[in-house]
Amino acid sequence: MTMDTVWLDVGAVDDIPSQSARIVKTQKGCIALFRTADDKVFALNDRCPHKGGPLSQGIVHGTSVTCPLHNMVFSLETGDALGPDEARVATFAVKVENGRIMLDASSFASRKDAA
Amino acid sequence: MTEKLVVVGNGMAPGRALEKLFEMAPGKYDVTIFNAEPRTNYDRILLSPVLSGEKTYEDIVIHGDAWYQEHGVTLHKGRKVNAIDRLTKTVTAEDGTTAQYDKLLIATGSVPFIVPVPGKDLAGVLTYRDLDDVEAMLVAAEQGGSAVVIGGGLLGLEAAAGLAMRGMDVTVLHLMPTLMERQLDTTAGNLLKRAIEARGIKVITKANTKEILGTAPNGAPPRVRAILLDDGTEIPANIVVMAAGIRPSAGLAKEAGIETNRGIVVNDRMVTSDPDIYAVGECVEFDGNVYGLVAPLYEQAGIAAKGLAGEDTKGFVDKALATKLKVTGVDLYSAGDFAEGEDREEIVLRDATNGLYKRLILQDNKVIGVVMFGDTSDSGWFFQLIKDGTDISEMRDTLIFGPAYAGGAALDPTAAVAALPDDAEICGCNGVCKGTIVNAIGAKNLTSLDDVRAHTKASASCGTCTGLVEQLLTLTLGDSYNPNAVKPMCGCTDLSHGDVRRLIVAKELKTIPDLMQELEWKSSGGCAKCRPALNYYLLSTWPGEYVDDGQSRFINERVHANIQKDGTYSVVPRMWGGVTTPDELRAIADVADKFKIPTVKCTGGQRIDLLGVKKEDLPAVWSDLNAAGMVSGHAYAKGLRTVKTCVGTDWCRFGTQDSTGLGIKLEKFLWGSWTPAKVKLAVSGCPRNCAEATCKDIGVICVDSGYEIHFAGAAGLDIKGTELLCHVKTEEEAIEVIGALTQLYREQGHYLERIYKWRARVGMESIQATVVEDLPRRKELYEAFVYSQKFSQKDPWAERAKDHVDAHEFAPIADLTSMEAAE
Ligand code: SRM
Ligand SMILES: Cc1cc2nc3c(=O)[nH]c(=O)nc-3n(C[C@H](O)[C@H](O)[C@H](O)COP(=O)(O)OP(=O)(O)OC[C@H]3O[C@@H](n4cnc5c(N)ncnc54)[C@H](O)[C@@H]3O)c2cc1C
Ligand code: SF4
Ligand code: FES
Repeated sequence: MTMDTVWLDVGAVDDIPSQSARIVKTQKGCIALFRTADDKVFALNDRCPHKGGPLSQGIVHGTSVTCPLHNMVFSLETGDALGPDEARVATFAVKVENGRIMLDASSFASRKDAA
Repeated sequence: MTEKLVVVGNGMAPGRALEKLFEMAPGKYDVTIFNAEPRTNYDRILLSPVLSGEKTYEDIVIHGDAWYQEHGVTLHKGRKVNAIDRLTKTVTAEDGTTAQYDKLLIATGSVPFIVPVPGKDLAGVLTYRDLDDVEAMLVAAEQGGSAVVIGGGLLGLEAAAGLAMRGMDVTVLHLMPTLMERQLDTTAGNLLKRAIEARGIKVITKANTKEILGTAPNGAPPRVRAILLDDGTEIPANIVVMAAGIRPSAGLAKEAGIETNRGIVVNDRMVTSDPDIYAVGECVEFDGNVYGLVAPLYEQAGIAAKGLAGEDTKGFVDKALATKLKVTGVDLYSAGDFAEGEDREEIVLRDATNGLYKRLILQDNKVIGVVMFGDTSDSGWFFQLIKDGTDISEMRDTLIFGPAYAGGAALDPTAAVAALPDDAEICGCNGVCKGTIVNAIGAKNLTSLDDVRAHTKASASCGTCTGLVEQLLTLTLGDSYNPNAVKPMCGCTDLSHGDVRRLIVAKELKTIPDLMQELEWKSSGGCAKCRPALNYYLLSTWPGEYVDDGQSRFINERVHANIQKDGTYSVVPRMWGGVTTPDELRAIADVADKFKIPTVKCTGGQRIDLLGVKKEDLPAVWSDLNAAGMVSGHAYAKGLRTVKTCVGTDWCRFGTQDSTGLGIKLEKFLWGSWTPAKVKLAVSGCPRNCAEATCKDIGVICVDSGYEIHFAGAAGLDIKGTELLCHVKTEEEAIEVIGALTQLYREQGHYLERIYKWRARVGMESIQATVVEDLPRRKELYEAFVYSQKFSQKDPWAERAKDHVDAHEFAPIADLTSMEAAE
């Protein structure tokens, strides 16, 4: 099921305020784009594996986000839950070029867990 | 028959003596106190934190006016006694006030020693003894400039650190070659000097002041300008603080023909050469010794109280004493005796790279003195060895490493504390013994050091016994006590909420990044626990100046609606005092139809909740509600929520006042304010209390004669009835008290601490003293609240619906739904 990467320009880094997130709507659900204090950008599925909380609404700190519904904390880098919880959120390939955010469309277009 | 007791001086020693006396023999005496200072009794030890800004004067009051009233004491504030006539048994104050006594207690304390150099009387030459001195220093510090402190002892260093934290350029002059030469050897003195210098303070040793120079007189009274040292060095100074020692105030007693030497001579029952006259505190001399620390003075106070109560008592004995330098960030502890002597030996441990130093003085295989610098965690254990006179020959080799290395279960610090008898004194400052602390921990479910401080006063003054109190917590609570789990704000810091609040003010920290840098945050950028707290602390400390950081707020406060389990939001418009109109109801109905809002529900707070609104619809929903005159109900805020009311005199046959009207006024006054946790009010028109005011954070019960203001109720996770704060006559006064109370809570509350928890932590007495009794302070708080409201009473919905504030929150960055999925 390997697929070629399809880089898609979804917006400017500056469209996301520092330490926050915005969403990209897709047919299969929302993807949350996070911007950290040092201007790194990460893309995660916008559904918390616990009870579906929208991670884009959480507080961003360091390279983590805290889910707004019940406070699970996830690494933006790996999607893994930090601390005692065992859980994982899907991540997507993303890169920044000349201040623009490029998202790999191949990965989310084939994603299964979103609905 | 009640006898007359007159007390001269109202410092810490007589304050304690009277406390004990009223416990043992209530009503035995009719008490009159003369105090040269124009105030009640306060904790002089804690003046340094007041100077540095880490505490306020209110925090350090020991007995407020209410205490004197309660015990029927006549307190003459600001009246200095200048004569005692032992024949007629009367004392006379400077202003002519007299009082007759059957028994007299002299507690005149001591006065700072003024180095006799030319210029010592210039304006700007201050001492460091009472609140007036602190206030004079603060006035000077506001102008900035330089300060010179003469004397590098504990007092001088504390003054220097405080002035430096207030932004002055500070130099400490010390006569000897190293600081605290009695306690520390040369190397350790240098370590201390470095630690002080690291705080931006200059330290000059071997500095002999020759003269204090003044400005050239041109009509105005001459003011200090600089200090001239023996060697010709001139140091500019806007103020000079003399901290070169103290002298007992024994003059008054001496003139009355009472036996004095350096101090007022007393026997071991604290009785002077006149059997009807007692003396306690720094003014006394016992067995050739005078005292400058609280612990022995409190013991004297207890003995004098027993004597006055007519009870027999064991006599006063001279004991080892411990002190701690109260400069935040510099850990220095010393206890016992350091004088050199043929028969004395020393054990010293140094670790210059880590800035550690420990020194033990031994005599006959017993520890008689200990100094610790850098790490004072084992201080309690060493002090106990001194007090018990433990023979240390068995563990001599590892003694200096502390209890952890001493081997054998009996030497484990907790076991050592366990072995202490119940009446062993733990906190010397406040005279609290082990049994009292252990009982309080059990009976009142105390779980933290702060709890113990609040309930027993142990460790609440100089902090020397903190280690022992923590060991008692460990002993009593076992593993469930984890000192580190209770105290810090979160994993990003070791500082507690209280520490952080104080440091924000003291160090004038004004942004989250500055704060994290300055207070050495351990994580980059904090976490979801500390950031909202810091954002609130900065916002409430610097109104109008601090720019709110939306990214440090929980989603509800960021988008001004409550997130629901499915990611939709609920919207609750304000319904002032629970009163609505057909037009408002129509607008709500229209909004619900237009945006297909699935649920419309009456809340428990007398208003209407629209549940299930899609996030992107929020601005449009608000716009429609705004158009009908409605604003956010802040149902999501750590701020004012609702003010519930009943119908009061408008309709009810029992109503005594316009409860609905007052509720609406209060809601219009308080809305928009940010607070440590949510704040809910209610106003009931009579004691039938249909608005349930007695379970709210603040509740008003209207009565015929005015308004009862209640507070500290709860009806959520905990259920607790309110307590009566005060009774006032007019609406205006009720609003002023409530404004001041809210502001005090805003300034002191820890993030997420509801009013009832704050009240439990700081105590009813300090709250009442501030917002009920101290009228100028009440006004000041009220005005601070009014000022901060200027910046917070903007409807967040209108800002978002109309002015597109935070527009990014409500729209996706990209919408790819029209793109075909690749599968
Ligand atoms: C809507 C409402 C229930 C209702 O349908 O009536 C409600 C709903 C929620 N309450 Fe409440 N509380 C509501 C009245 C109350 C009351 C009764 C009152 O205000 O008179 C109480 C008890 C009184 C009190 O606060 O002491 C109450 C005690 C709580 C608590 C426990 C707080 C505590 O310190 O003990 C929480 C949890 C918290 O705040 O951390 C809470 C939290 C919540 C939250 C915010 C849960 C959450 O974090 O999402 C709910 C939000 C739902 C929403 O979107 O509106 N709610 N909640 C009421 C809104 C009142 C309003 O008009 O603003
Ligand atoms: C800044 C500072 C920090 C300190 N830190 C510590 C510490 O960490 N640990 C410790 O143990 N001790 C410390 N002390 C010392 C401690 O505060 C004193 O030992 C204690 O307060 C003395 O109590 P007292 O009642 O004898 O006298 P005081 O508290 O000095 O009270 C004497 C009172 O009597 C009044 N008075 C004097 N003469 C008359 C008169 N003729 N008529 C009417 N009133 C009169 C004075 O105005 C004064 O209010 C510190 C002191 C200061 C100033
Ligand atoms: S009681 Fe309050 S917090 Fe609990 S389910 Fe009901 S509304 Fe939610
Ligand atoms: S839904 Fe994210 S923690 Fe519960």
